[in-house]
Amino acid sequence: MSRIHVTTKINGDETEFLCDAEATLLDVLRDELGLTGTKEGCGTGDCGACSVTVDGRLVCSCLMLGAEAEGRQITTIEGMAEGEVLHPLQKKFIEMAALQCGICTPGILVAAKSLLERNPDPSEVEVRYWLAGNLCRCTGYDKIIRAVMDTAADMRRAS
Amino acid sequence: MALDDSRKTRQFRIVGTRPDRPDGIDKVTGRARFGADMVAPGMLTGRILRSPHAHARIRRIDTSKAEALAGVKAVVTRADFGDVPDHVADIMENCLAGEKALYDGHAVAAVAAISPAVARQALRLIEVDYEVLPHVTDVDEAMKPDAPVLHEGRQQETVPAGMSGNVISRVEFGHGDIEAGLAKADRVVERTYRTAAVHQGYIEPHACLATMTADGQGDLWVCTQGHYMVRNTCAAILGLDQGQLRVTASEIGGGFGGKTTLFLEPVALMLSKKSGRPIKMVMSRSEVFRASGPTASSSIDVRIGMTREGRITAGFAELRFQGGAWPGAPVGVGAMSGFASYDLENVKTVGWDVVTNRPKAAAYRAPGAPMATFAIESAIDELARGFGLDPLEVRLMNGADEGTKSSYGPTYPAIGLKATLEAAKAHPHWTAPLGKNQGRGVACGFWFNFGGDTSVSLSISPDGTVTLTEGNPDIGGSRAAMTMIAAEELGIPYDQVRTVVADTGSLGQNEVTHGSRVTFSVGLATIKAAEAAKKEMCRRAAMVWGIDEDAVEWEDGAARPAGPNAGKFPPMTLKEIAAIASKTGGPIAGHHEVMAEGAGVSFATHMVDVEVDPETGATKILRYTVFQDAGKAVHPSYVEGQFQGGAVQGIGWALNEEYIYGKDGLLQNAGFLDYRIPVASDLPMIDTVILEIPNPGHPYGVRGVGETSIVPPLAAIANAVSAATGVRMTQLPMSPPRVLAAIQTGG
Repeated sequence: MSRIHVTTKINGDETEFLCDAEATLLDVLRDELGLTGTKEGCGTGDCGACSVTVDGRLVCSCLMLGAEAEGRQITTIEGMAEGEVLHPLQKKFIEMAALQCGICTPGILVAAKSLLERNPDPSEVEVRYWLAGNLCRCTGYDKIIRAVMDTAADMRRAS
Repeated sequence: MALDDSRKTRQFRIVGTRPDRPDGIDKVTGRARFGADMVAPGMLTGRILRSPHAHARIRRIDTSKAEALAGVKAVVTRADFGDVPDHVADIMENCLAGEKALYDGHAVAAVAAISPAVARQALRLIEVDYEVLPHVTDVDEAMKPDAPVLHEGRQQETVPAGMSGNVISRVEFGHGDIEAGLAKADRVVERTYRTAAVHQGYIEPHACLATMTADGQGDLWVCTQGHYMVRNTCAAILGLDQGQLRVTASEIGGGFGGKTTLFLEPVALMLSKKSGRPIKMVMSRSEVFRASGPTASSSIDVRIGMTREGRITAGFAELRFQGGAWPGAPVGVGAMSGFASYDLENVKTVGWDVVTNRPKAAAYRAPGAPMATFAIESAIDELARGFGLDPLEVRLMNGADEGTKSSYGPTYPAIGLKATLEAAKAHPHWTAPLGKNQGRGVACGFWFNFGGDTSVSLSISPDGTVTLTEGNPDIGGSRAAMTMIAAEELGIPYDQVRTVVADTGSLGQNEVTHGSRVTFSVGLATIKAAEAAKKEMCRRAAMVWGIDEDAVEWEDGAARPAGPNAGKFPPMTLKEIAAIASKTGGPIAGHHEVMAEGAGVSFATHMVDVEVDPETGATKILRYTVFQDAGKAVHPSYVEGQFQGGAVQGIGWALNEEYIYGKDGLLQNAGFLDYRIPVASDLPMIDTVILEIPNPGHPYGVRGVGETSIVPPLAAIANAVSAATGVRMTQLPMSPPRVLAAIQTGG
């Protein structure tokens, strides 16, 4: 079976890879490119642990083929901090204990960042519905929702 | 000063504050390595073939076609393992079936191949000749004399003759005279309650990376709650020396009890041995649901009597738990814990452990307690409301206190149940107005907590910074708690301690991360290890000063001469002592090994408001408040997190989650779409009130907090839904169709 050659941009870097036709973007990120910060919790688009953005749109990377990344701009959790400077959401999640085990955290951060780019002043209900596709089994979501709302407030003040 | 007094007056420097967790940056940047994130040169993919039948005799397995497929490097069946010791026989059977497949999803063979695609193809080429047998998946059905029997010869002597072979054992707890007590009651509630099997629902599927060489040395990387348990069990199954198998725990993406046993690891090691290559195995989500541990489902009869003043005169519960295909449903702990919140003259619980054609139940957060508590707290609520009594007052009137002989035997030392009830009574939530179709429920809950084997080591580096080495995976912030405790004891800043979760080769035996034991037990051992290091540092300072070591004490991070006769020397800090360690006798470390005892029980009261849509039967959680005794909250944010997380898992159990089996005995909802755990938009904020009634068995007063929080919600929500609808709900989950039917038929 011949493999497909794909040229794409991941976290701002030109990236080439070969993938099987049936390989998902998640498989490629984790197994071909070593970007294991994106997690597989279900493989069926139900848990959100594999959230990335593709051309700015939030997607479950388990529901997209690797071959579909051709010519796109992909952003993963590894692209969220700039060098040693954490994104405000990352800092706030640590500060407010918005993670316990941490397996859902990359997906939730990617999704939350995507929300704040669209809506810098979300209500609690808007945050809860935006993150309804990201399962967390540890926290009961309370501290996650607070951290996102707090970050949004900080970022509004700073801008 | 007695220990009791010092605990109440001790001023903490770090314990009780909320520093950033030390593994925070790794976990928000994607750098933290979980089970599936590890690779090894030349590794192969391991995959499991699973039974499509609920119950079937395996007549023959033909692996020849799979073995012949290009890219397949090993195929393993039960025959590769031979006989294993009795204490691991059921675990072996669950990892790979022997004579019979006992549930839909039971592993029957495994392959290792050069890619996932080849491995999948190889599984399709394995031919299994099954003789399909009658099956049973319901606990009450499985107890009937004519039910299909899973195992011969497993029934214990506690079971009366004539019962189905699926009934494995009977337990009984309590004291007093139930019938005499019930005779004194003004009303007796007698009901049957049922709860569905639910899954722990950790987001990270089981995963491991195994290497095993022909000379019997192995290395395992695995997501587990206890890598020492993994080592010991794998060694027993594979006939290895424990010391030759090194197990490293990955970061763990949730466990809740479900990662306290084995599913893949011995198979991965055997595949590695046969292929000579490292093997990576990762379960799919559907495998997690079909084949890893859910909790037991239950059917429970309750009889409780109460006077019209609210005094409980007697309580009786008979609990029937099915724990899947092997003995071990958590019915004993269920029977012990159900009435543990009450001071009762007459109390008795009976438990039955029953096997069915379902996956083997694994521990799930306070195993057994939520179901028993759901039934008993529902009945108490019904009695209280029936008499028009305040449910909190009724619980205060009957509540357990210091000196109460508990329903399961021991007499309580200082406990916090009444403190949680008083806090609930005083909270604005209790008196907030309710609207149409809304109801408020409360319930109490209890968990034993646990200690167990614990080994830690604390090393002082030459520059005066400290590494704490412990052997329990950090499942929700325990590195932060241990770092805080070490820094507190040594009198140095938090950021000068780093806590490492070490592999099995680095420390003595450590009990699994379960039983809410880690902050209590590992914290206790950390305090003792720090004391040992401080004693040695005092000795070094005494040596330098030329005084008796008894004349030196440790205070605020430095050795100081103690008393007027010790001489006048300026304090010698930890940093200064560390810097000259090689001149005063060599490296400095403290360690401690203990079978930790004295874990204090923890009680909680939960309060919840719901609104039930009378047209759809859907229940919305409007407001939720947790009141729980933490003994001493080391890092309050993570204590709150435990309270909130347990409450929300309980909300899922109460309202949505259930294993659904068809008549064919197959699981119908093995995915997160159809097995619906709570999502962010289902929930309000979860308010928490931390009570601190010190545990007499810990120097800081710490009690475990992780498990109690899942015990009250089932009953609290059922009581709220019953209040909102006027119909008593006795079966979980209270899914919309079930609630709607109850409203329409009046219960």
